[in-house]
Amino acid sequence: MTTTDIAIATLLKIAFILGIAFAAALILIWAERRQSAKIQDRVGPTRADITIFGRRITLWGLLHPFADALKFLFKEDFVPPRADKLLHAAAPLLTVVTAVAAFAVIPFADTLYPRFAGEVLPQDGMIRGPVIHMQVASLSVGILFLFAVAGTGVAGAAIAGYASDNKYSLLGGLRAASQMVGYEVALGLALIGSFMVYGTLLPEEMVRWQADHGLWGILVQPVAFILFFAAATAENKRIPFDVPEGESEIVGGYFTEYSGMKFGMFFLGEFFELVLLAAVLTTVFFGGYDLPGLERNGFEGFGWVLPLSHWVVIALQALTFVVKLALLIWFQLMVRWTLPRFRYDQIMKLCWKYLLPLALVNIMVTGIVILLIGG
Amino acid sequence: MAKLVSRPEMSLAEKVYVPEVARGLGVTMKRFFKNTFTKDNDVATVLYPEERREYPARFRGVHRLTHREDGSPRCVACLCCSTACPAQCIHIEPGEYGPDDPRHGYERFPEVFVIDELRCIFCGYCVEACPCDAIRMDTGLHMPPSMAREDFIYDKETLMSIPGRDGTHATENPRHEPGDPTYPGVTREQGHG
Repeated sequence: MTTTDIAIATLLKIAFILGIAFAAALILIWAERRQSAKIQDRVGPTRADITIFGRRITLWGLLHPFADALKFLFKEDFVPPRADKLLHAAAPLLTVVTAVAAFAVIPFADTLYPRFAGEVLPQDGMIRGPVIHMQVASLSVGILFLFAVAGTGVAGAAIAGYASDNKYSLLGGLRAASQMVGYEVALGLALIGSFMVYGTLLPEEMVRWQADHGLWGILVQPVAFILFFAAATAENKRIPFDVPEGESEIVGGYFTEYSGMKFGMFFLGEFFELVLLAAVLTTVFFGGYDLPGLERNGFEGFGWVLPLSHWVVIALQALTFVVKLALLIWFQLMVRWTLPRFRYDQIMKLCWKYLLPLALVNIMVTGIVILLIGG
Repeated sequence: MAKLVSRPEMSLAEKVYVPEVARGLGVTMKRFFKNTFTKDNDVATVLYPEERREYPARFRGVHRLTHREDGSPRCVACLCCSTACPAQCIHIEPGEYGPDDPRHGYERFPEVFVIDELRCIFCGYCVEACPCDAIRMDTGLHMPPSMAREDFIYDKETLMSIPGRDGTHATENPRHEPGDPTYPGVTREQGHG
């Protein structure tokens, strides 16, 4: 493959991932409202409409994100007079960029062999020829990159709090910083058990391990799943861990002084992080793009084979990945509309006194089991 | 004496929190699936401008002036309502009937009857005060919205054009006009003798 081919393939992959992330964020604006309405016996958004040939079209409220975007664009972009103008503008960018960058290491399908795209591959054996990895960047540090980039997100919140010249913002920024730094530790340690089982840090290898063993991570490491899910929800600052923006206490937290598109970017960043968490959960705990029964050569099971050409298999895997993503996002929204907010001291207690020790115990137990069954 | 407050001990499952989270998720998911996928949902929302719920019978809506059988207002311009009005939103200018009118010397009529609906606090005191059942708030309507302040100054003709909930301009209480058999036969000039 020439450099141009690689560049085109990479651009396509970036477009796919960004497309999913943006589409998911747009749908999430709608889903968050609509789903909460369904849970709370309401109707939800129905007002935004366009009239075509005298018929009012609302698409179940799906037009609301576009109405929101328009509103964001036309709102006054207010910067407090004594705010740090540069940092005030940089903070929302930091939040969005870090959330988007972290998608780079998520694999959304198996390796593609462009030369054999139209053929049915053999089930086993090496395949020669150029390969395209179905992830934007196959980094040797693997999932550590994700932690590193996602960890930078704390800077966005803290800078926003500092740069706004507002006491509520500062409090929110501090809360966000201490919460995110604390949960970062639990977040990383919770996944160590999974790393030990998979024996790798590469997300694509993790998915392959799960596909090969026919065992999804949630069955192998259920405790790690719960710990990671809790820690990551806290990391995203979503309910029940949303004290950095606790309206009843500190107005709007670190984005009190943000309006217009800058506020929209924080909003978007939160939704990107939501999608990102779903993507990581899919990769580490729900078999990534793995669809049980779907092999490299097509569907197989119960002595029944349906051969599929290579590109169909890859497309089905990508679809599987998207469906799993959607289900996990739905589940996160359910959690968000179920649990009440923790008190701040409870959040810290949960992190340092429960999640962290439990993660350590999980690592130890995993190590003992691995030693006992001989890896 | 100090009162002993009982603090129920949490069970292990409640302390661990995860089972309780699952239980809570069960509740919200039950509602979600019921309201999303079944016809028999619990959604109580009324999509307001398209769907309207009728206001309760005693709802105090926009005022109306009731009519006599000949279509003239029942109001006798006694100024009770404008006196009772705490918001001072009613303005009445009384007029005398001509000397040939059978009602001459018996009662007056409102030449001007204006209610500033923006000042009105919809307390209903004017209705309580009216001795003739001439002003009522039983239209079941709230004020139609408008961008212009002038649209909220309701004059006599506007107030008389608004029907009650039954669609008529009448009231339950009959009037006893001069000439009616039930007419008490008293005029202002005669006095009660």
